[in-house]
Parts: sequence; C-alpha cells; structure tokens
Amino acid sequence: MADTKPQLISRRSLLRSAGAVGAAAAVGAKGSPAATASSHESQLTPTGEQTSDNKQPRYIFEQLTADEAELLEAIADQLIPEDDLGPGAVAAGAVTYIDRALGGALSESRDAYHSGLAAFDRYCRSSRDAPFLELSHIDQVSVLIDVETGAATGASTGFTGSSSSFFSMLRSHVLQGTFGDPFYGGNQNFVGWDLIRYPGVRTSVWPRLQTQLEAGELSPNHRSAYDSEYFEKAVVRTATKGTYHGD
Amino acid sequence: MATRLPGTDVVIVGLGAAGGVAALPLADAGLDVVGLEAGGRLTRRDFAPDELRNNMRGWPFSVQKCAQEVPTLRRSRSDTAVQGNGHPMMNAVGGTTLHYWAQSWRLNPWDFRVVSATTERYGSSRIPEGSTVEDWPFGYEELEPYYDRVEHEIGVSGQAGNVNGRPDPRGNPFEGARAREYPMPALRWTGFLYRMASSARSLGWQPFPGPAAINSRPYQGRSGCMYHGFCNRGGCHVDAKNSPAVTTIPRAEATGRLTVVTHAHVRRVETDNQGKVTGVTYVQGREEFFQPARFVLLASYTYENVRLLLMSKARAYPIGLSNNHAQVGRHYLSHHQGAGVTALFPSDLHAWYGLPAQGVAVDDWADDNFDHGALDFIGGGNLWVYSDRRPIAAAGMNTFGLAPTWGSAWKAFVRDNADRTNSAYIQKTTLPYDSNYMDLDPIVTDPLGDPVIRITAEYKQNELAVADFLQDKMERWYLEAGAIKVTRGGLGGQMGVSTHAYGGTRMGDNAETNVVNRYGLSHEVPNLGILGASVMGTSGARNPTLTAQALAWRTAAHLASNWRSIVE
Ligand SMILES: Cc1cc2nc3c(=O)[nH]c(=O)nc-3n(C[C@H](O)[C@H](O)[C@H](O)COP(=O)(O)OP(=O)(O)OC[C@H]3O[C@@H](n4cnc5c(N)ncnc54)[C@H](O)[C@@H]3O)c2cc1C
Repeated sequence: MADTKPQLISRRSLLRSAGAVGAAAAVGAKGSPAATASSHESQLTPTGEQTSDNKQPRYIFEQLTADEAELLEAIADQLIPEDDLGPGAVAAGAVTYIDRALGGALSESRDAYHSGLAAFDRYCRSSRDAPFLELSHIDQVSVLIDVETGAATGASTGFTGSSSSFFSMLRSHVLQGTFGDPFYGGNQNFVGWDLIRYPGVRTSVWPRLQTQLEAGELSPNHRSAYDSEYFEKAVVRTATKGTYHGD
Repeated sequence: MATRLPGTDVVIVGLGAAGGVAALPLADAGLDVVGLEAGGRLTRRDFAPDELRNNMRGWPFSVQKCAQEVPTLRRSRSDTAVQGNGHPMMNAVGGTTLHYWAQSWRLNPWDFRVVSATTERYGSSRIPEGSTVEDWPFGYEELEPYYDRVEHEIGVSGQAGNVNGRPDPRGNPFEGARAREYPMPALRWTGFLYRMASSARSLGWQPFPGPAAINSRPYQGRSGCMYHGFCNRGGCHVDAKNSPAVTTIPRAEATGRLTVVTHAHVRRVETDNQGKVTGVTYVQGREEFFQPARFVLLASYTYENVRLLLMSKARAYPIGLSNNHAQVGRHYLSHHQGAGVTALFPSDLHAWYGLPAQGVAVDDWADDNFDHGALDFIGGGNLWVYSDRRPIAAAGMNTFGLAPTWGSAWKAFVRDNADRTNSAYIQKTTLPYDSNYMDLDPIVTDPLGDPVIRITAEYKQNELAVADFLQDKMERWYLEAGAIKVTRGGLGGQMGVSTHAYGGTRMGDNAETNVVNRYGLSHEVPNLGILGASVMGTSGARNPTLTAQALAWRTAAHLASNWRSIVE
C-alpha cells in the first residue's frame, strides 16, 4: 500500500490543477450571485496555501485499499475542490476521516464503500472507457452527475440500490470529514470551518462575544472540542457507572 | 428465577422528565421510593460540544435501549408496519431532558377544553369527524399551582404575559393567568431575533420570548447558560439545563428516601389474583430481580408505558394491565411538528452561538386565538424562530435552487450563505382519532424477545389544513423580515416515532374511554399510576414536557396525601 502513495499524490495534484481551472469556469458559467459576493474575503484564512502534500505526515489507510482511497480522494476533490476560495475536502483530510470512521462509528458502511467504489469504477470504464482518474475534469463531473441523479444505476455497474444513495452517503461523509471536529481526523487545519466562517467551538459565549460576532470582529479560535481535558472522549462510560444490586 | 428484593412503598419505572420530578414530592412526604432506570448516570463532562457525535451519529442513544425497541409504523390497519429508523429518546438518569431543547411551555386554557370551547363558539359539527377528543377532566386553573411549583423547583426562564390577570405586553397575551413571574428572566436574544420580533410587530402580531428550563442566570447554585451552540441533542456542560438529573432527583436522594437503581430494564408489572399490583420485574445485566412495591408508577415514556401495560397480562387483566376497557394504546397522537418553513436571508444571522430554546414566539395563530368561523379547521400552531447552528449541518444547507450541491459553485455558495438561513419550528394542534392507535407488533421484537410497539396512525384533514395555514403565516413573517427565499416542507402523512407522543393511557373521568382518572391513577388497578404525556388527551401547539411534569407532581402529591386510603 505504502509504495503506491507517491504516485497517488502526483496524480492528485495534477488533477487538482485541472480541477481549479474547470471550477473557475463553472463558477463563471453559473453566474451565481453568491460566487461573486466578496464582503467576507478578509475573514478567509488561507491556511490551504501552506498545506502541500509532502509536508503532511503520511496517513496509512486501514479500511480502504490504496486504489479505493485514490478514487475516493479524486471524488472528494470534485465535491469540494481546492480553488481560489481555498483548500477543499482533500486538504481537509476528508478521506482520512472516512477511513478512520469506517473502522469505528461508520463500520456498518464499510461494505457500502467497497461495493459502491467498485461499481463506480465499473461505471466509469463502461460508460466513459477509462477509469475516473484518467477522465478529464468535464467527464469526471458528468460521471458524478450520473451517479448523483441515479442515472448510473443498472445491472452492468452493480450499485446495490440506486447510485444516488451511494452518492448521498459519500457526500454526507465528505461533509463530515471537511466540517466536523478535527478530533476525528478531518477538517485539518480547520480549513472547513474557515471556509464557512464558523468562529469556532467555545464553551462559554458571553454577551460581549456575541456582540463581537455580530460586529464582524470575532476571529476564529481554531479549537477542537477535545482540546480541553474537561470533556470525556467520544465513548460514554454509562456501562460502568451507577448502582448495581448483587455487587 | 428472579431474585426477590426488599419491598418499598413506591417504585417508579423510569427516572426521566416525569418520573424524575415525581420522586421529589413522594420522598419529601417520607415515602420510600425506588427509582428503576434503564440507563446509567451521565455527568456534564460527558457532554462535549461535538456535532459529529451528538447530531450525526446519534449519540447517546445509539447503543442504548430505545434504539433496540423502535416502534413499527403504518398509516392504517390495512398496511404492513415497518420499523422506524430511530428513536431519539435518552436512556439515563434524567431521561430525555438531558439532551432535549428544554422549551418549557404551559398549555393555554383552550387546550384543556377543546370540545366545549369549539362547541360554544362554532357548534359541535366543527369537531373533526372520527376524532375522539374530549375535554380534560379539569381546566388550566387546576394545573396552575403545579406548573408554578415545577417552574420554580427545576428553574424555568421566561417572560410572563399574564400575572394574576394583569397583562404584560412583553409576554404572551394568550397565556393563562399565572400566580407570579417566572423565576428567571428570558434567555437573551440575538440581533436577528430582535429583528424577527420587530417584523412580527409590523404585521400586527405579538411576539415574545419563549420559556425554557435553562438558567438565564445562576439559579440554585448552578451556572447560567453559556450559549455555546451544542444544546440541541447535547447535554449541558455547565448544568444550566434543568433536567431532573441535576434538580429534583439529587434533592430526592438527599432526603434518604429515594434509591436510584441504574441499568434496570423493567419488563413486567406483576399482579396478584385480586388485581392489585405487587411490584415489577426487571433485568440488570443477565440477572433478573423482582422489586416488590405497594404502589407502582410508570414513567417510561409513552411507547414504553403502553408496551409495559400490554405485556403485563394477568388473570384479572387478560388483554393487558389496566386494559379491561380496551383503552390502552388508544387516542394516540404524534405531535405535528413537521411542515417547517426555511428562509434564506441576504446577510449573516450570527446564529452559531445559541440554542433552540432561545427564540421569539408568536401565538396569534395558535389554539383558538383567532376566529375560525370562515376556516375549515380548528386549532392552530405556535410559530417559533430560534438560534441554532452547527458547522456540518450549516455546510449541508439547502441551496434554494441557487447553486448546485457540490463543486466550486457550491463551495462559493456555502461560504457566503452558511450563516444566512433560518428554519422555523411550528408546533400544531393535533387531535386523537379513532383510527390512530398503538398496539404490540405481532412480529418485531427487541433483543429480549419482547414485542415492540406498533403505531397505526396518520395526520388527518384537520392537521394538514392547520399546517398549510401556519406555513402561510410563517412565510409572511420571514418575507416581512427581509428573507430573499422561502421554502416549505411537506404537509405530512403517516405519523412517525415522535419525541412528542401523546395518549395511549389517556386521563379522564370516564373509565370507558380513559385509562387513568383525573389524578393519573388507573381506573382499574387500585395501586397503579401513570406519568408522562401518555395521559394527555390534547397536544396544544407547544412542547409537552412541562405539562407532563406538572401532572407528575400533581399525581405524586395526590398519592402522598392520600397514601393510606389508596394503598390500604
Ligand atoms: C431532541 C429532543 C428535543 C426535545 N425538546 C423538547 C423541548 O424543547 N420541550 C419539551 O417540552 N420537550 C422536548 N422534547 C420531548 C421531551 O424530551 C419529552 O417530552 C420528555 O422527556 C418525556 O418525558 P418522560 O419522562 O415521559 O420520558 P423520558 O424523559 O424519556 O424518560 C423516560 C425514562 O424511562 C426510562 N425507561 C424507559 N423504559 C424503561 C424500562 N423498561 N425500565 C426502566 N426504565 C425505563 C428511560 O431510560 C428514561 O430515562 C424533546 C425531545 C428530544 C428527543
């Protein structure tokens, strides 16, 4: 697994630059009013600029194979791309988040990932004659639209159920991995929270803080809930507490 | 064989919102009480501000009892019931009040007399066909002292609108008279909430801050609210949420009269041949215990109250305990809380730090607060606009057709708009109907092999008409406040597993149509009482818990002061 890594990175960065161009074009084409609004630029922290892949400690995937992880990263990179607004799902570590969660809280989704990614790959090869990673930006987008809308459903691909339910599972986990607490391995360097201008986890929000927030003067604090020793970690200890008869 | 434990005066099954409150007046009266609770104890250190765990992964209930006995659902008798997706109630000392929103409403006077008030004003033909709604056996005035007691005992913040008949324009003009002010002022508002209130006033409506079982300032030695934004399905890290776990239960334990037994899953109420209850059987780990008691109070939430009664068949009660009139499970309703309205605003709402009990309410379109003469429904809804936002859900926002759901254009959209939406919570009058009921599922069981509850129920024409009417009002309110887009949820169909589940053991004077009497004691079983919204016959347009707690206090106080005549 480890020796496929360097290749993965170079392909991905190639992909990313292609993605950025395509993305910019897409924004222009859509002409969304939101895309041109610029009143909040100053609050965006460009943490993404510094997150180049070779500086990050290498994460060893435990649940996903190298091929699966590579495919998932490419998909995540389309869902929340790195672009002129800053880093996206890949820099956030969304796939790291998913891999870790598949070994724990999301273990029930493990099979859905293995079979869904395999079906996704078969769909690319049968409908576009190439694996996802080798497709152009536009073709990747069109494949994802097919999967999202359920058009990729069919005997030849083997999605269990509609391809759209696989897509919505992926999307919700990519959101979790980009915007969830960094404690779980995603939202690295708080790139997700900075993107949506979330001012951060605070355990006490006095009136003064709310006033600062409303005045646009509250800067993000970049803290995980578990930076404080106060909170018990995710596992709740109910089973060991309380009165028992017959003790 | 079950191990027989030493007897007690009263056993309470479930130490949640209702059971946890009832324990105090009983213990204060010197009765020995055993509280059997299926869950364990949680403390404020268990309540991390963690959206993934609390809101996405369904902690803390995922590995607990509720999740293993989710009711099955079907619209009508001819459909096949399918098990629901989940059950968001909590199993722990304090019950669901550990992670609930803590809106703490009194019902309005109309809710106690829907039938007679409707008949007086519009004629009896306006009671929807097939509805089994009855007036409560008493009016709002009877419950007022118990509302007052519970509000002060646990701590409720809010703004009174009517103290002894003296109106206060800052509060709800439609509320029943209260004896005194709330023990704490209302929770603070954000700029957006002030804006919504002023828009409501421009429409001629009468907005006010809602009541919450949350400290707006230090109370009884516990902290005021810290507004950190993780209150919704998260417990309070500073004990400012006034669950019985931090209020009435420790006070009852301090009397030395309440013994709390955790991880005790009650499966059956036992009965002797004369039809008296003798105690309950529960499992703890792999062991089985029999807890004898002179009086049993069920307080295990609507679904479990009904399930325990239906499973506890006995010679004197062949189709279920206290069910010789076949009323257990009847008059069921899942409160209509759906059919929401969501708006997009052109600027940030600053809603990251807040809580769902912090908000602005409008009651002008609730109950019978407006003329229904030309309308085709009775009742109405409470409009509730509140502060509640966390990052994953914010990023997953509705894009209102203005952007795709992924890619760079989406990213630009959420960057700008993640803090610009608001969803209103609209609770509506929901009536009981003959064809809406609960019974035991014939097939699906929990891991112990006990059948789960089957809900056969759907919203009828009256509920759908109310929902549509209230969505119009809410849309107007949002537009008045400057919303640029508004969307509406579907009006509703099949009733789901609900956090506001009413009926099943309804309270009333008539034993032919009700399971418990006006004090919450069984019409049939001399030493059994029932606590929780399962005794309520109407929902009103607001959350049930404070009413269930006032009723629980009243039942417990009645039991304590009539102890000898009731158990001997
Ligand atoms: C997310 C959420 C938000 C809510 N917000 C509000 C709100 O703002 N305002 C409001 O009024 N209501 C709200 N509610 C509803 C409120 O939580 C309930 O009305 C209230 O908790 C019901 O009280 P109860 O005592 O009947 O049940 P619970 O509080 O659920 O307590 C029942 C207890 O019985 C125990 N139990 C169950 N079965 C057994 C058994 N067989 N043996 C032993 N013990 C058992 C359970 O473990 C539990 O502790 C909310 C609910 C949820 C889930």
